[in-house]
Amino acid sequence: MGELEGLYALWYRELKVFSREKSRIVSSLFTPLLWIIVFGGGLGSAVSLGGINYQVFIFPGILAMTILFSSVFFGLYIVWDKKIDFFKEVLVAPLSRTTIFAGKMLGGSIDALIQGCAMLLFGLVLGVRYTALNLFFSFIFMFLLASAMVSLGLIIGSNMGSVEGFQLIVSFLVFPMFFFSGALFPIKDLPSWLFAFTIVDPVTYAVDGIRGTLLGASTMPITTNLFLLLGFAAVMIGVGTWSFARLK
Amino acid sequence: MVYAVETNNLTKRYGELVAVDGLDLAINEGEIFGLLGPNGAGKTTTLSMLATLLKPTSGTARVNGYDIVEQSAEVRRSIGIVFQDPSSDDILTGRENLYLHALMFGVPKHERKQRIQHVLRLVDLQDRANDIVKKYSGGMRRRLELARGLLHNPRVMFLDEPTLGLDPQTREHIWEYVENLVKTENVTVIITTHYMDEADRLCNRVAIIDHGQIAALDTPSALKSKVGGEVIRLRIRSPNLKAIKGLDYVLSVNQSGSTLLLTVKNASAHLQEILGLIGEVGSVEVRSPTLNDVFLDYTGREIREESGEGGVFERIAHARGGR
Repeated sequence: MGELEGLYALWYRELKVFSREKSRIVSSLFTPLLWIIVFGGGLGSAVSLGGINYQVFIFPGILAMTILFSSVFFGLYIVWDKKIDFFKEVLVAPLSRTTIFAGKMLGGSIDALIQGCAMLLFGLVLGVRYTALNLFFSFIFMFLLASAMVSLGLIIGSNMGSVEGFQLIVSFLVFPMFFFSGALFPIKDLPSWLFAFTIVDPVTYAVDGIRGTLLGASTMPITTNLFLLLGFAAVMIGVGTWSFARLK
Repeated sequence: MVYAVETNNLTKRYGELVAVDGLDLAINEGEIFGLLGPNGAGKTTTLSMLATLLKPTSGTARVNGYDIVEQSAEVRRSIGIVFQDPSSDDILTGRENLYLHALMFGVPKHERKQRIQHVLRLVDLQDRANDIVKKYSGGMRRRLELARGLLHNPRVMFLDEPTLGLDPQTREHIWEYVENLVKTENVTVIITTHYMDEADRLCNRVAIIDHGQIAALDTPSALKSKVGGEVIRLRIRSPNLKAIKGLDYVLSVNQSGSTLLLTVKNASAHLQEILGLIGEVGSVEVRSPTLNDVFLDYTGREIREESGEGGVFERIAHARGGR
């Protein structure tokens, strides 16, 4: 009971913070919308892929990007939390480290999912057709991606001593994960060097999975995407829990 | 007799550095106990071990009868901590901060509202409870954290440098709140401080900590009376120390820069003679001893007042980075 209430407390806190920082939500959606409207719209006027307008084609990719960025940043933010703020209070609470990790992970994932939902709404403007089933599977992909990436952020953040490494992680981890994921191009018939990067990028499976679910245009079977992403999320959550157990 | 806190040869080493060196303490229930010492003396490390945030290298300690290593969860539930640095969430309101704490520390549901109201009243924050903490002053924030530390009915409260960085008037208020808590809430309070006036004003007993060891432990007044006389503080360029040291009523002589501190029995009667012997003096002050003089007496150094020791977490981060 105590651990569950602790979990609820951690999640409640993230939700309050999220709801009070509305400017953060707006700014986190601004870049993805630029990608879809300007990049997608511009290129889409000339390009369509497999009968799908380019702007619509990249929509699942940009949706995944929104979740990728906000999730990793949420996790990395713990570097700050460790120094100041509320986190000290949490560490001295009589809660297990697994609970603390789970609370942070769920809190961050739900934040990212809310942003994902805002993007889904924008999909209506692009003419994406939603059904109960494809929304359900989209949510599963979004949640798996979010929980994996929040965990990844938390792992890096809990092992990082200062905020100076931030830019490095963004440049050498987050942006590559986005670009190699096939968010902006089909992953069929890629040059082999590029394909090698793409198949080791976990975001690829989220993008392909959501693309398959929403547009019926995946390269791999949806179940393959689902299980690979699930496996990656499980590993990240496991390593994250372990990192938190070591955290002083 | 059960002690609120009892340590037995408690030791913490960081490689070569011995931060806490074989500490033996027995703190009674219901007292305000001060750990007084300069930066790096080992106060905060001691506190971190008692709060189960750090594991001791050797030795043991019991808090409320629970072993700090074997029963850390029980220890955590039975103590409250106010950190040196602000640790309330400034995006949340005061009441929300307390609500979260109640959830995390397992305050039963039917008691929550009532406990929150109670601790808010204790620190006079009822009127501001629904304001976002960002809008609080430094003193209000400290009061909120004091209230939060008390929320789950702890039997021992740890306050790490509770008035660091606060203005004199606010410090006075915080002291009043702390004194009041001990009376009404029946808790034992352990504070770390490097402010002499704070230890003097607030504590029933004070342990002077230097290099991780106890240099002296007693009530503030007993410590001061051990100095054995009054203190004469002189500003002087080139004192004739030889002439002074021979006098039987001069108990101790400490020189730092152009300041000379003498501990003298019945100082006012002997002032004339001292001034005659010592040479040309810039200024003279005679006063009764303070804890500062006690500290000087035991360690041969003056405690510095300008900056505080790093907080619990900075120390931990430092220790991790240093390994």
